Amino acid sequence: MEVREELEVRLREFDAEGYTKSVRRKDKLFEVLGIVATLFILLFLFAIALDLLIDGWHRIKDPKFYTSYPSRFPEEAGILSSWVGTVYVMLGAIFWAVVLGIPAGIYLEEYGGKGRIARIIEANISNLAAVPSIVYGLLALGIFVYRFEFGESVLTAGLTLGLLMLPVVVVSTREAIRRIPRSIREAAYALGATRWETLFHHILPYSLGGILTGLIIAASRAIGETAPLITVGALTFIAFLPPAPWEDFVGMLKSPFTVLPIQMFNWVSRPQEEFHYNAAAAGFVLLVIALLMNSVAFYLRFKVRRKYQW
Amino acid sequence: MTLSLGVKKFIDTALYVFLMLMGAVSIFVTFAIVWVLLIDTIRFFTHPDGGGFPTSLIRFFTETQWTPTFYDKQIGIWPLLNGTLMIAFISMLVSIPLGIIIAIYLSEYASWKVRETVKPWLDFLEAVPTVVYGYFALLFITPILQKFFSPFGIYMEGMNALSPGIVIGIMILPFTASMIEDAFKGVPQYLREASYSLGASKLRTALFVVLPAAKSGVLSAYLLGFSRAIGETMVVAVAAGMYPQITANPLEPIQTVTGYIVQVALGDLPFGSFEYLSIFAAGFMLFVITLVLNSIAVYLKSKAVGY
Repeated sequence: MEVREELEVRLREFDAEGYTKSVRRKDKLFEVLGIVATLFILLFLFAIALDLLIDGWHRIKDPKFYTSYPSRFPEEAGILSSWVGTVYVMLGAIFWAVVLGIPAGIYLEEYGGKGRIARIIEANISNLAAVPSIVYGLLALGIFVYRFEFGESVLTAGLTLGLLMLPVVVVSTREAIRRIPRSIREAAYALGATRWETLFHHILPYSLGGILTGLIIAASRAIGETAPLITVGALTFIAFLPPAPWEDFVGMLKSPFTVLPIQMFNWVSRPQEEFHYNAAAAGFVLLVIALLMNSVAFYLRFKVRRKYQW
Repeated sequence: MTLSLGVKKFIDTALYVFLMLMGAVSIFVTFAIVWVLLIDTIRFFTHPDGGGFPTSLIRFFTETQWTPTFYDKQIGIWPLLNGTLMIAFISMLVSIPLGIIIAIYLSEYASWKVRETVKPWLDFLEAVPTVVYGYFALLFITPILQKFFSPFGIYMEGMNALSPGIVIGIMILPFTASMIEDAFKGVPQYLREASYSLGASKLRTALFVVLPAAKSGVLSAYLLGFSRAIGETMVVAVAAGMYPQITANPLEPIQTVTGYIVQVALGDLPFGSFEYLSIFAAGFMLFVITLVLNSIAVYLKSKAVGY
């Protein structure tokens, strides 16, 4: 009886309203904490962009910055050779990523099924995705540069970045294809189409948007990669451009090169403060390119989602 | 265009073989990585400059200095590992609490609209070039930290482990947070509803129902983040210095395994020289460490309870 009375007393004294209030307050507090943490990250991004813009402003607005070669004098140095190099290297990287990545994705999703080979390839690709990028650089140095004798060239750099993009491209290709319902395939088969006809007439056209999105995202990450290109010997002082591909294609592939992030790294590592301004300007250019590519990918994804609603 | 059945079947088989071969390229890449790292690591340990095998292997694990590029060559790996682990731990101090808070907020609290607005920006953070983060660490975070520490009479070097550590922690956040969020998404809605119907608040549900249910996914996200921090190169190459030493002080310059590879690769490398081989030995260490971490992460994820 005594226990019961005690419980009743405690129940009467229990401040239910106050308890609920304190729980609600904690809940609210955590939500605010979450908002602050998320804002902090976005603020960090904003701070980076602003810092680069302020530090590099007088170089960013100078048109000569984009049309001059690197130089010993910070005011005369520009990013001509590095942005041209970036364009060539990225075209190579995208080529290899498309040639190797998209077929691999199609194989895994359409043909591989749950077979053993497909499972091994799948596990292997997820492993490759987690290999540090500098290790790809060592692969390129040991194999492409010295054993295949491609040299420290545009070809080597494109191949290296292409391999780096591979896992992302494969995964996004698979996801794009997976979104297409089985009924489409069965309808094609029922009309007598072979597998490749189904693939080229239906699967690929419907998944193209998704595949492209993945490709652009992968490229936007590869474009800022610096480490693997340092090991393949991207030079930092290049006062000439690789030959234009329509004039001398092999010469272009074999040409030494530099790219924007390498040029930026070189300028950051110098002690003179004037070079840091150049670095900031180059970094801002990189940031803008990355933002543009991500926006295109975002827009494409949005369009695809609207166009195909199965 | 009408093709005969035979031609169609031939194209079908040819395409199948082509696609499979392209898929198999990734396996060749893996083999190539392992092969090139292994063969040059073996050559490193048998090189006369290191004392030849097995002396070099013993020196690798017992010496306390790392100077393969000097005239007096010491090849103890510990200073580099010390730098790498210190950076990685500092970055985890940042990304463990922030990662879980952001993931809980985005998956349990935020409205659909907020999530759809925030996520593209988090994705964009992943596309920011790492050398830009390095610039930011060296020329923005470090001066701020120096100002912060100087009233306490603490001197901080221009090159240090703390500021790149913090920056890497924030850099891997979008990745960690979205992986944790995915793990939360895998927790079925009815568990949350059961918790709410018993009168639990959102916070209580998140911390005591969703988080325990997703714990292996969360752990694997952190392990993958840790492995990324270990493999991160440009931020440390720019902002952490080039001074391999065994220290517990994050305010001093250090060097990581990746930083060493960059430093040596920037110079002229004669093929097969001791310096050339040393970066492959360092890279092999890096590869093994990240592979082990990733394998544990994948294993944990596969063990995640399916509802």
